[in-house]
Amino acid sequence: MGGFWHYLFNHPGEEVWSWTKTTLWLGALPVVIGLLIALPIGWLAHRYRWTYPPIVSVAGIIYTIPSLVLFLVLPGILGTGILDPVNVAVALTIYTVALLVRVVSDGLSAVSPETMAAATAMGFSGWQRLVKVQLPLAVPVIGAGLRVAAVSNVSLISVASVVGVTQLGQLFKDSLLQVTLARQVDPAVLGILLFFVIAFAFDLVILLAIRLLTPWQRAVRS
Amino acid sequence: MSAILADSGVTFSGVGKYLTTGSNWWGIDGLLVHIRDHVIYAAIIVLAAALIALPVGLIVGHTGRGVVAVVGVANALRAVPTLGLIVLLYVWLAPKIPVNHGNVLFLHRGGVPTFIAVVIVLILLAVPPILTNTYAGIQAVDPAVRDAARGMGMRGSQVLRRVELPCALPLIISGLRNATLQVIATLTVAAYVPGLGGLGRYIADGAEQAPAQGDPPMLSAAILVALLAVVVDGLLNLVQRLVVSPGVSGRYSSKHTSQPGVTTAPLVEAQLTVA
Repeated sequence: MGGFWHYLFNHPGEEVWSWTKTTLWLGALPVVIGLLIALPIGWLAHRYRWTYPPIVSVAGIIYTIPSLVLFLVLPGILGTGILDPVNVAVALTIYTVALLVRVVSDGLSAVSPETMAAATAMGFSGWQRLVKVQLPLAVPVIGAGLRVAAVSNVSLISVASVVGVTQLGQLFKDSLLQVTLARQVDPAVLGILLFFVIAFAFDLVILLAIRLLTPWQRAVRS
Repeated sequence: MSAILADSGVTFSGVGKYLTTGSNWWGIDGLLVHIRDHVIYAAIIVLAAALIALPVGLIVGHTGRGVVAVVGVANALRAVPTLGLIVLLYVWLAPKIPVNHGNVLFLHRGGVPTFIAVVIVLILLAVPPILTNTYAGIQAVDPAVRDAARGMGMRGSQVLRRVELPCALPLIISGLRNATLQVIATLTVAAYVPGLGGLGRYIADGAEQAPAQGDPPMLSAAILVALLAVVVDGLLNLVQRLVVSPGVSGRYSSKHTSQPGVTTAPLVEAQLTVA
């Protein structure tokens, strides 16, 4: 162990860096876009209750599709090449939306009716109430869902190596193909560490964002 | 654009042709054998994971001790790049266990180290959903129900077995379903390391030979994996309906309780169990 430094420095470090960059954007972009898509759908399921059961069950079915299957089938639907990283981004966005619609809807519904009534009494219009009261109060719930989505997305990215989209998962392929048995584990160890670090970093960023967006939680606790 | 669309049309019609050709299903290297292997692997892994996760989850949920540790471990395991861990374990094990005999049962030639690596890593993947759902299910049981059971003279183990377990069963089974789905899906990915059977074999081999085309066997296997997941999940749903007491699932006649659901139904259930 520790030999992964040896690997990193004796290997084209630039290559690892470019894989890291691909992994970073493949991890970040789907979460952001997924959240933007899930917000209106989740709101719909919250506002019109009859849409909740169908929306949530469709999301559940989508979530059961194996990631590798989506990576393989999407090119046929999108008209992209099978090696195009866009397939991975779209697949991860779909998973994020599927996970978040329920969370957004539940988060919005969890805001107490008293709070909503108070906001109405203070003269908030429907939209103002949603944006200034309901959504901020739902941030902890939505944020928790976002953390799960971000972390599991990162570990799904490596799966794309199987179909040949290059990112940090390539290190695992390198590990399998290395001929010198003595150092064969190094790329895999490096890859696992980098994936862990990236997942942890995303988690931390979202955690910080939640803290910044919910100053009242700290005010109450201290 | 139209050329690309025509291209993908060709691919999907290739899938239809591949799946309707009988010779692709039968034989020693046919789809049926790979589906069988896929199911056997998944069953072994989920059973092993359940043997670990259920007792731990029941004890943690019943005593309330170790919740922080369970949540921490489950979250950390979620961040593990499964594929990477399988590769690492395989690369590490392969020189140590050079078992290289022919096909034995569901194992392919030289498949022993692969199988061990895949089983260990996928158990790690399947434990968290079962574990968290089990302890959460036990903890979500209405404290009043627990008190009532104790008040009726039940011992701790009786409360757990006859009240908490039946009430938590829907959540426990949904944890098992999640774990099973994840294992079926990830087994496909695990075929990336050599020597593992199952439907992932087609995808890993196809990606190696003709990555640009997405050849019919590859896409067919992908679609079959998705179908397998749906069918297995449906079967487990059926099991859930059979095993979970109607008093807990809310299918118990609603005239007994004004509001069937988690809050009132377990009370009814507790009384029924004792009677």
